[in-house]
Amino acid sequence: MLTLRRISKTFNPGTVNEKKALEKVNLELADGDFATIVGSNGAGKSTLFNAITGAFYVDEGHIILAGEDITYKKEHLRSKVIGHLFQDPLKGTAPHMTIEENMALAYLRASTASHAYFSRINGKEKQMFREQLSLLDMGLEDRMKQPVGLLSGGQRQALTLLMATMVTPRILLLDEHTAALDPATAAKVLDLTRRIVAERKITCLMVTHNMHQALELGNRTLMMDGGHIVFDVQGEEREKLTIDDLMKQFQDNAGKQLDNDRILLSR
Amino acid sequence: MSSIFTLSILQSALELGCIYSLVALALFISFSILNIADLSTDGCFTLGCSVGAVVTIAGHPFLAFPAAMAAGVCSGYVTAFLQTKMGVPSILAGIIVNTGLYTVNIAVMDFSSNVNLFGCDTIFGLAKDWSDAAWYADWYKIGIVALIVIVTGVILTWFLSTRLGLSIRATGDNEHMVRASSINPTFTITVGLCVANSLTALSGAILAQYQKSCDINLGTGMVTIALASLIIGETLIGKGGMLKKIIGVILGSCLYRFIVAIALRMSVPAECLKLVSALIVAFAIAFPYMKGKASFYRTRRMASSAAGEDGDDEC
Repeated sequence: MLTLRRISKTFNPGTVNEKKALEKVNLELADGDFATIVGSNGAGKSTLFNAITGAFYVDEGHIILAGEDITYKKEHLRSKVIGHLFQDPLKGTAPHMTIEENMALAYLRASTASHAYFSRINGKEKQMFREQLSLLDMGLEDRMKQPVGLLSGGQRQALTLLMATMVTPRILLLDEHTAALDPATAAKVLDLTRRIVAERKITCLMVTHNMHQALELGNRTLMMDGGHIVFDVQGEEREKLTIDDLMKQFQDNAGKQLDNDRILLSR
Repeated sequence: MSSIFTLSILQSALELGCIYSLVALALFISFSILNIADLSTDGCFTLGCSVGAVVTIAGHPFLAFPAAMAAGVCSGYVTAFLQTKMGVPSILAGIIVNTGLYTVNIAVMDFSSNVNLFGCDTIFGLAKDWSDAAWYADWYKIGIVALIVIVTGVILTWFLSTRLGLSIRATGDNEHMVRASSINPTFTITVGLCVANSLTALSGAILAQYQKSCDINLGTGMVTIALASLIIGETLIGKGGMLKKIIGVILGSCLYRFIVAIALRMSVPAECLKLVSALIVAFAIAFPYMKGKASFYRTRRMASSAAGEDGDDEC
């Protein structure tokens, strides 16, 4: 589904702040793969996501999504088929617009016809939005006319997830999307993620700092360090892996201890 | 009080309030919705006024409005082009266009600083002849401008609830969300500014026919005046749906004209009007902030006096 071929990105090239965020990264994600990504701060996880979504263009290499080379495709065109959730729950929704309007915007991705510009939300769509919201089990289906700014962070993140997957994306990128939520809400959003991804067989990449999640969720675990993917495990080998193994793997592959407090604390 | 509020003051405040409310609606789109301070408003208003005046003089009182709006769209497009394609910061883009428009406006008026429309057919002149009734003579102007504003308000409300309108609103509301959805901010900003500036220019064209003249300096300070109307409207009506907000902006514009009319009645010289409007804007923007601060001081005072009563005040 997604192929990254030797992609590199250097920020501030030629200055003292030069930072090689990605160095010749290769990755092949099969259709329906759900891979978790762990790594210390500055390993290049978010940069990898931003390269895929097109927040910037890579310096070299190719990004191929579902057989199409999207390396130089504009961000807003890519986002028709890419779902992206951020760590900050406020980033995924427009606070001064109602739940219904936010969902209508997300649903806009489905239609490519130019006359759709002047179409309004119709009754059928409202009904569909309501049904989808009721799946969240947060009572949001009765608050569709309320501005999203009134919702809690967890509710907004759940809504964002719903919006990102309303039109099934070719790939879903989750950038620590539960890290800023309280444990109970985080568990709920995570459960929802698992359900939606499994039901629709969405190809998914998820950054996490929780080693337990990294091994438990999905079918593949990637480890990043210094702009490289240093460890890639799936299948039987992954099932046998414990958190301690994973920590050791990191040490062996990156040549240093994991320097991330959050990872250590989340064990 | 009766000497301050006469019928003619009420009428002229309503008339001007309706005409200028279109500029306030334009700023509602650019400033409130798109979160862009469009400083080309002054020049664009004069552009609409001069284009409207020239087309009216040429004998097309009705064509004057679409012509002015088309000119406004062009002006908005240039502003949007500078900030989305050329990397010019949005405030600078507005100032640059505003400066350039001065020459354009003079050129439209055939290189004179003012034109007058006396003896030309205007929509007001044509409407006046419909009826001889006394009440009609008093109210027809308000009728015309109110009709235009209501139609514009309804169309705008509809437009902002379409997918394109929603995309424009999201563009100003959450930049991150827009980048992650399939909205092209370059496109939505361009459309938004074109619509906004067409309304500004329409307002100018109506004013040209209303006061039967156009002056090159007519637009000076228009941003401030429209902003005052916008903020008065938002403070007055508060939060709510799009329609409610748009009605609020129109009412705010009328209310602003009342305040100005009262200021004039209280013998504030006409030359001081700009200062008065600047003060109104400053006050209207500062008011909610000051209110929050005042309530904080009240809470703190009450907390410290309660602590003092307990006898363990350590300060």
